[in-house]
Amino acid sequence: MSGTCLLRNGRATTLGRVPRLAFDGFRARVLEAVGEGKRIAALFGLPAVAPGAGPLPVFAVLADDARGDLEVLSTEVGPRFQALTPDCPQAHLFERELAEQFGVVPEGHPWPRPVRFQPPLGGGRDGLPEAASRGTAGAGQSDPPLAGSPRGLPGVADFFRLEGEGVHEVAVGPVHAGVIEPGHFRFQCHGEDVFHLEISLGYQHRGIERALLGGPHPRTLFQVEAIAGDTTVGHTTAYAQIIETLRGWTVPPRAEALRAVGLELERLANHTGDLGALAGDVGFLPTSAFCGRIRGDFLNLSALLCGSRLGRGLVRPGGVGYDLDTEERLQKLITGLERGRADTRSAIQLLWETPGVMARFERTGTVSREACRALGLVGPAARACGAERDVRWNFPAGQYARSGVPPLPDPELRGGDVLARAVVRATEIENSLRFLLDLLARLPGGGVTGLAGGSGAAVGLETGTPLPPDMLAVSLVEGWRGEICHVAVTDARGTFARYKVVDPSFHNWIGLGMALRNQQISDFPLCNKSFNLSYCGFDL
Amino acid sequence: MFDILKARHHQGFRTIGWPDSPAVVPDRLRGRPVLDEAACRMGCRACLDACPVEALTWEGALRMDLGRCLFCGRCAEACPTGALRFGNDFRLATRRREDLVAGRDGPRLAAALDAEMLRVFGRSLQFRQVSAGGCNGCEVDINVLTTVVFDLGRFGLKIVASPRHADGLIVTGPVTENMRLAVGKTFEGVPPPRLVVAVGACAISGGPFRGHPEQHDGVGGLLPVDLYVPGCPPHPLTILDGLLRLIGRLPPETPSR
Ligand code: SF4
Repeated sequence: MSGTCLLRNGRATTLGRVPRLAFDGFRARVLEAVGEGKRIAALFGLPAVAPGAGPLPVFAVLADDARGDLEVLSTEVGPRFQALTPDCPQAHLFERELAEQFGVVPEGHPWPRPVRFQPPLGGGRDGLPEAASRGTAGAGQSDPPLAGSPRGLPGVADFFRLEGEGVHEVAVGPVHAGVIEPGHFRFQCHGEDVFHLEISLGYQHRGIERALLGGPHPRTLFQVEAIAGDTTVGHTTAYAQIIETLRGWTVPPRAEALRAVGLELERLANHTGDLGALAGDVGFLPTSAFCGRIRGDFLNLSALLCGSRLGRGLVRPGGVGYDLDTEERLQKLITGLERGRADTRSAIQLLWETPGVMARFERTGTVSREACRALGLVGPAARACGAERDVRWNFPAGQYARSGVPPLPDPELRGGDVLARAVVRATEIENSLRFLLDLLARLPGGGVTGLAGGSGAAVGLETGTPLPPDMLAVSLVEGWRGEICHVAVTDARGTFARYKVVDPSFHNWIGLGMALRNQQISDFPLCNKSFNLSYCGFDL
Repeated sequence: MFDILKARHHQGFRTIGWPDSPAVVPDRLRGRPVLDEAACRMGCRACLDACPVEALTWEGALRMDLGRCLFCGRCAEACPTGALRFGNDFRLATRRREDLVAGRDGPRLAAALDAEMLRVFGRSLQFRQVSAGGCNGCEVDINVLTTVVFDLGRFGLKIVASPRHADGLIVTGPVTENMRLAVGKTFEGVPPPRLVVAVGACAISGGPFRGHPEQHDGVGGLLPVDLYVPGCPPHPLTILDGLLRLIGRLPPETPSR
């Protein structure tokens, strides 16, 4: 197709090169591309800077896993437009988000509910509702805790309902048992069987995308670190790649290697924790106790590198904030990884050898390949359905463009159930350890920041001067939950006209809903852990 | 069964000795800030300008609000004379919000509950955790307290599922508007007398989201707070140290290492 804009991961283009299609053409192209096997990595609108700015510009980023490129296209929509979702289920949440953030109506959308119960992101365009401002004074410190919220809440809205004899509804959340984030789950049950699960989120919404507008601000990097605290390295790497491509900064190889170290440590800690949690949910305490502890051991290796167990401060635009400065530190890290390998092997092997565990994992919470493809699932949840979908393989950037991550076993062995999601994690733990031990054996030399004056020089630099105007940059990172997608659009002044964040959980929560269909409601905790999705990364 | 025992033997005994023996903390941990007033250029403001959350103030002396601080270390990097640095003393928790605003001597560490509260809670204290806009960072470091490494249970401390079984709340996150009602109801569900612990910069001040209209700058404006644990997120030992101080399990001046 002529006039197509194709980008590689971590690259930018001028806005002028992004095709602006009439809505019908845009809609047709997205449907065609998704039909050919591409995925919607992002679909978002651009807030107005001034009232009366005309119709809503909408951008789509379509990921081609096979070819490793990202197609960017745009259109404009009026107050109402023909929803893509009936012909392309992948668009379902993106279109609900457009409706919630900009007040537009995707006509024919089968389930046009709010996504996060958030105030509009930006209105003031012709024919669109005004952005409701709730003032900037901290939303009133004196609001009594027991007064209702003016905009409705995720748990007190309309839900899809099943009618009929013996049908009943179970509501869970926002506050759950356990140290876990809030969300609302509404089950439509018949006896013990779940016919439908609706997941209603937004409790964690703290206004990140609104705050990113007009940036980068001095706080931007720190807000990105807290998009999902368990994915600090994933999200900050995505952000850093955006800033670097826009500013034309080169990242030294050693810094790219250390980012990969941080990213894989994040994966190791969380995958290990998840396997422990799965064991805990079927009452198998040895692996639960061992993995809970080993997860902490991996977090401590992150702290060895950068002082923070969650990788805070490691990734900075231009490089990394901390080096493996001494042989002793490097050796400690290698020893810790080797010990982690022995410990995870011993703890995880028990799962496969315990019939009671296997009986609970097998054929529980199965997601079909067709559902995985249609919904555009990402990460371990997609790979557990046999998909060969991993940013590290399909869109390699940084260190991953230099050294690869080992492949997963035969897709036929990945049947989409809890067991498959556990096996994928266990294999990825082995693979990450191999990748890291290889990498640390031949770590590139040199500095850890491309900026003159060392890492401290980045203070202020990343935010102080404007970015190049009228650009669009896309950055993908394979976080431990899957594809993290950040897209930045700059305005004429060189600030963020939009900074779109798509956490993997945005694609995958619906996968959990599908997994629960025709399951026993008592299997919900197990299915939920097997996805372990982010609330805050979704809610933003 | 034999394999389980073999694995058990392999994994070993891993509970830390602290507080009876010194704690092992990462050398790069950004813990309690250390200010060398003699080296400070007095009002050069480099650190103030570097701070993303306006945690530092200068009024004749430098003061750092640890309740706002993200422990990012940018101020220390910006300091031209090295007068400001972050040590790895993890003890930071306080009983009062104002005690977090620290000068040269650091924060005033938490004192124990009064005698009557200690009689009630000193030997058994159970919390319900509520995440109210937390990024799962603080939640991660609270969760590990329940692993064998920190073994919360040995101090009579426990995280429980129902507010009705709890003696207090541990709140994380800036308290989003969308969680305000749920936080209030969960608090109401805890039978009095009850405690509230605010863990992390968000729960204390809003953290990096302070001032956003979508949240409430922490739990302090909504509920009475009994213990503040600063950090972004706090190290698990910082949280445990605070909880143990609250129940009088640590002598007021215990050296950390
Ligand atoms: S360490 Fe704390 S006081 Fe220093 S710059 Fe960072 S947030 Fe501000």
